[in-house]
Amino acid sequence: MSARLTPTITQDTAFFWEGLKTERLLIQRCDGCESLRHPPRPMCPQCRSLEWGTIEATGHGTVISYVIPRHPPLPFFDDEYIVALVELDEGVRLVTNLVDVSPAQATMGMRVVVRFEHFDNDLVLPLFAAESIS
Amino acid sequence: MSDRTLSGKSSIAGIGQTEFSKDSGRSELQLACEAVHAAIIDAGLTPSDVDGLVTFTMDTSEEMEVARNVGMSEISMFSRVHYGGGAAAGTVLQAAMAVATGVADAVVCYRAFNERSGNRFGNMTGRITTLPPWLSWYAPYGLMTPASWVALHAHRYMERYGVTNADFAPIAIVDRANAATNPGAWFYERPITFEEHQQSRWIIEPVLRLLDCCQESDGGVAVLITSTERARDLPNPPAVIAAASQGATFDSEMMTSYYRDDLTGLPEMGLVGNRLWAQSGLTPSDMSTAFLYDHFTPFVLMQLEELGFCGRGEAKDWATVERLSLTGDLPINTSGGLLGEAYIHGMNGITECVRQIRGTACNQLGDVVHALVTSGTGVPTSGLILSKL
Ligand SMILES: [Zn+2]
Repeated sequence: MSARLTPTITQDTAFFWEGLKTERLLIQRCDGCESLRHPPRPMCPQCRSLEWGTIEATGHGTVISYVIPRHPPLPFFDDEYIVALVELDEGVRLVTNLVDVSPAQATMGMRVVVRFEHFDNDLVLPLFAAESIS
Repeated sequence: MSDRTLSGKSSIAGIGQTEFSKDSGRSELQLACEAVHAAIIDAGLTPSDVDGLVTFTMDTSEEMEVARNVGMSEISMFSRVHYGGGAAAGTVLQAAMAVATGVADAVVCYRAFNERSGNRFGNMTGRITTLPPWLSWYAPYGLMTPASWVALHAHRYMERYGVTNADFAPIAIVDRANAATNPGAWFYERPITFEEHQQSRWIIEPVLRLLDCCQESDGGVAVLITSTERARDLPNPPAVIAAASQGATFDSEMMTSYYRDDLTGLPEMGLVGNRLWAQSGLTPSDMSTAFLYDHFTPFVLMQLEELGFCGRGEAKDWATVERLSLTGDLPINTSGGLLGEAYIHGMNGITECVRQIRGTACNQLGDVVHALVTSGTGVPTSGLILSKL
């Protein structure tokens, strides 16, 4: 696992990927009503504000769904891997991979914590490990 | 009911299709032209009678290329519908609106592709150079295929209601049984058993096995919509458009709507269902048959709940082989569905329901009065109710 597909970064999402390079998991927060949102987007659906900042997530969250893709084989994924939908304690969700967790150990509701993984193609991704072993 | 209704004003008067295969040996444009021409002939009309064309945003055959091949002279309305297979019934909605308002008199909706021999949706690897922005949240983690997008959603549903992969088997068994007696189906004479379903390999564990996933196909399908008044005088019995609706709800994405509070439903299909029942004045129990978009079996169970055939979480017990088979209370996907007949992005479900209403289906049911058709799920979608005149 030396590389991953490179995300396409837009004006709306650049802060997220930039934050990862310094191992910070940033969540967009509306300046108007303070609601959090992810994936990032320009306008707040609650109050229509275009002003926003970010907060740094604690990195702790809960697995609310997961799958183990078996077919077809994909580039960069030679070994068995788990894709999870994690709800951060701050309330937003993101899709990620579980690391150092076997398919038998993965459960709905398991507590996880972020682990920043650096890839060769100048990419850092927020992957998640079980809270208990971190 | 408001006199602004769409209900009843237009009908499907013609249907056309190519053969369904794994390698058509010809261009997508040719498939489109063959299907469109066949629908016009079936309706008893000529190309110069057609003044509207509707297709999927994803279709590669330009409306004007189809028109110049088939020899249509004047086109007063053309449009496309987004969101992959969610577009199927939506194309008919566009046509029905155009006909009801007098914008067009005869509209052909078409979809044609070489999805198996050409550009396969599940094969992202060879062709992606730059990820589209939305996929950038998923592809770096190896969540790159329609099956995996659906499975991450469906696993949450399974957890909530105690559903296991075995509960999806009846959908696959019914589809393949219907395909087995449809000579036009890819899986003609190849039914499956529960054991074969459970022994098929995992595609996305623990949600989707091979036999939960629809096939990939080459082919084209077209339908012709005109006013019900005019359709009465054409050669085939009209399939009256009793209701048509699209549906998109808050926080939709294209197959990855993971950010809503509740991930155990398909709210887009719930909206479509509500609109269809209200527009037609009908209820689920009025349906003689249903073609429920079956790209992946879990979303068929969730559709049954969203459309009101059963309650939340009840589909795993309600959706039995007996109930959904040709002799059951709600025969589904009578041609074999996308799993058994062919994957023509849901357009082959519309033609099958037209045949059931005409009385010309290969697996013909008794008197079919009302038929429900749904389109791709997990995406902004659409649906139709077709009725006998
Ligand atoms: Zn706000």
